Amino acid sequence: MSNVFEYAPAPESRNIVDIKPSYGLFVNGEFVDGHGKSFKTISPATEEVLSEVAEADASDVDEAVKAARRAYTRTWSKLTGRERAKYLFRIARILQERGREIAVLESIDNGKPIKETRDVDVPIAAAHFFYYAGWADKLEHSGYGTTPLGVAGQIIPWNFPLLMLAWKIAPALACGNTVVLKPAETTPLTALLFAEICQQADLPPGVVNIITGAGETGAALVGHPDVDKVAFTGSTAVGRAIAKSVAGTDKKVTLELGGKAANIVFDDAPLDQAVEGIVNGIFFNQGHVCCAGSRLLVQESVAEELLDKLKRRVSTLRVGDPLDKNTDIGAINSAEQLARIRELSDIGESEGAGRWSPACELPTNGFWFPPTIFTGVSQAHRIAREEIFGPVLSVLTFRTPAEAVEKANNTPYGLSAGIWTEKGSRILKIANQLRAGVVWANTFNKFDPTSPFGGYKESGYGREGGRHGLAGYLKEGV
Amino acid sequence: MSRIDVRKTYKLYIGGAFPRSESGHSYVVEDSKGKFVANAAKASRKDARDAVKAARSAFSGWAGRTAYNRGQILYRIAEVMEDRRPQFVEAVRQSEGLTAAKANAVVDESIDRLVWYAGWADKLAQVVGNANPVAGPFFNLSTPEPTGVVAVVAPEESSLLGLVSVVAPVIVSGNTVVVMSSYARPLPAVTFAEVLATSDVPGGVVNILTGDAAVTAPWLAAHMDVNGLDLTGVAGQPELAASLEEAAAENLKRVRRAPAAEPDWSVDPGLEPMTTFLETKTVWHPIGV
Repeated sequence: MSNVFEYAPAPESRNIVDIKPSYGLFVNGEFVDGHGKSFKTISPATEEVLSEVAEADASDVDEAVKAARRAYTRTWSKLTGRERAKYLFRIARILQERGREIAVLESIDNGKPIKETRDVDVPIAAAHFFYYAGWADKLEHSGYGTTPLGVAGQIIPWNFPLLMLAWKIAPALACGNTVVLKPAETTPLTALLFAEICQQADLPPGVVNIITGAGETGAALVGHPDVDKVAFTGSTAVGRAIAKSVAGTDKKVTLELGGKAANIVFDDAPLDQAVEGIVNGIFFNQGHVCCAGSRLLVQESVAEELLDKLKRRVSTLRVGDPLDKNTDIGAINSAEQLARIRELSDIGESEGAGRWSPACELPTNGFWFPPTIFTGVSQAHRIAREEIFGPVLSVLTFRTPAEAVEKANNTPYGLSAGIWTEKGSRILKIANQLRAGVVWANTFNKFDPTSPFGGYKESGYGREGGRHGLAGYLKEGV
Repeated sequence: MSRIDVRKTYKLYIGGAFPRSESGHSYVVEDSKGKFVANAAKASRKDARDAVKAARSAFSGWAGRTAYNRGQILYRIAEVMEDRRPQFVEAVRQSEGLTAAKANAVVDESIDRLVWYAGWADKLAQVVGNANPVAGPFFNLSTPEPTGVVAVVAPEESSLLGLVSVVAPVIVSGNTVVVMSSYARPLPAVTFAEVLATSDVPGGVVNILTGDAAVTAPWLAAHMDVNGLDLTGVAGQPELAASLEEAAAENLKRVRRAPAAEPDWSVDPGLEPMTTFLETKTVWHPIGV
């Protein structure tokens, strides 16, 4: 395509964000030096070092859990729900007030486009605090009792750093628990900014503690004997390890794990809308989405037409500077993740699937992967079975609705699915048959604090969001 | 001359049929006074696998029935049990060493519990489901669905009421089940199987294995086609419970943990025995013209 109507650069200013050269841990309401080493967090778009962050060791984890326990016993569990709610409302408001700053910071640290941090991550994170704030003084109506569990150890991934923090912290606090949260090692900065927000909100010390680090820090948190609840979002492999490590304990666990969602397009679907949904399903957030629609199942009779439309649309996606407001696809979060996407894509090619990407120039620095579509994929291909967690779509075809359902369910995962058809009765029938926790019909990748989210099978257990999201943080029936 | 009685051969219950253990093993069941009663089938690993296969085959049909129909069938189990009260009273008396009056009370409660669960079938979605007011033009509904095949270790002490109290909540929502009966007191479970077989319960929905849970449960806990694990019957054995939980983690089974001691079966069970083996499915659809 010619560049007659090329967009001019429209970068968001990064001056709005003050990134400190180094950060400590946030324990008991203050930033403290950790006892471990430190590690660097970089911008995936430029590989520029952004800051040095402390790596919490076992003693730091212990101090954070002690601070959370103290805060739970002395202050937070003594507050009425009405008062707890006000703190959560305050946090929601500060998130909105500082929304632009947070969006820029998230974009720099994660590599995701500013239009997504600005329009999705930050507003939905604030909405979660609003939603759960309102539950704090209404728990007796929830159906799950009113008794908190105590100290929650929470571990979140790098794909939605602030949003996952909100999903974890808002319901935990609303129910009266205190938390120790560990953000992912590649994206710690917005969690550390959130620590400042807790200070601005005058949240009692120790109610929220943020400890940075990698797998070892996380394992120490999960294994800490004084943690009553473990909440994890991340890979199925790590989720399995967590489930094993808490076996035989009293710890309550919720796990939000991987997915390999089927996005099913029937021959009567509104194809142009479906194309938008497919693009959103797999290229939103660089495909770093556990519920991404990574398997496109198209009814054979419309496959060719749909693929033509899809390729034309994908050719218009803009890959590049995450801070540019016109960017659709930003940077891959880390070199490690880029290597995995490359590896699985190469395997897809070597196993005989047809690989296609639009012509697009990628920046020379940083971690980049073009939007990629594999056609002629069979159920046995690794790219149809394994979670790639990148902007890579595998296209399979089907002839009958029964075949679509069978292929869609042919996975150990069960997080999400999509259905595209104009026929309402078909939507309801297929939705009933799909083994997935979230089914989007004629839409995809929608999130809302009032709406439960979570998986079947190896996509984990428990639900986050909505009334159901309270269950993971209350002693049921008490 | 007195008549020689015809004694029953106690068998497993798998896929709606009553096979002996494929292993040929059996074990001695004694009454509460230590007197020989019967040789019960001792389920093997292969029996457990066959039972899981039967449960999986039955799952989509059972889950696909209307809640009303599942409620009807649970009530039908209660009806047939009521009809065979004397046999259950005798089995419970013999197994648990209760007086006739107490055994009668246990059978009453077991039947009433089934009736209670029968009524839950078409109310679960209303009580644990949700319409979600999302911030946008979407119709958004969360409904409960069964998780799949659930393996259950039934309580050791309460051979009938305990059994009913762990089986009914699992199947009422559409799950299918493989249950290990009480090891020392398996006979009420076998009689219960005979009731199930004549109560319109499709074959494979409930599969009952007699034998040693310590031997068979690890295979069920590690089975990749089992979606849930109820360890109620592993009460007071923390090491076994932990190892089963660990095995269950391999495919992230939903686990109902072992209690410290066997629960009091006379109290209201609440929702938890049912909700542990439910998934929540949320369906989004745009609202427009």
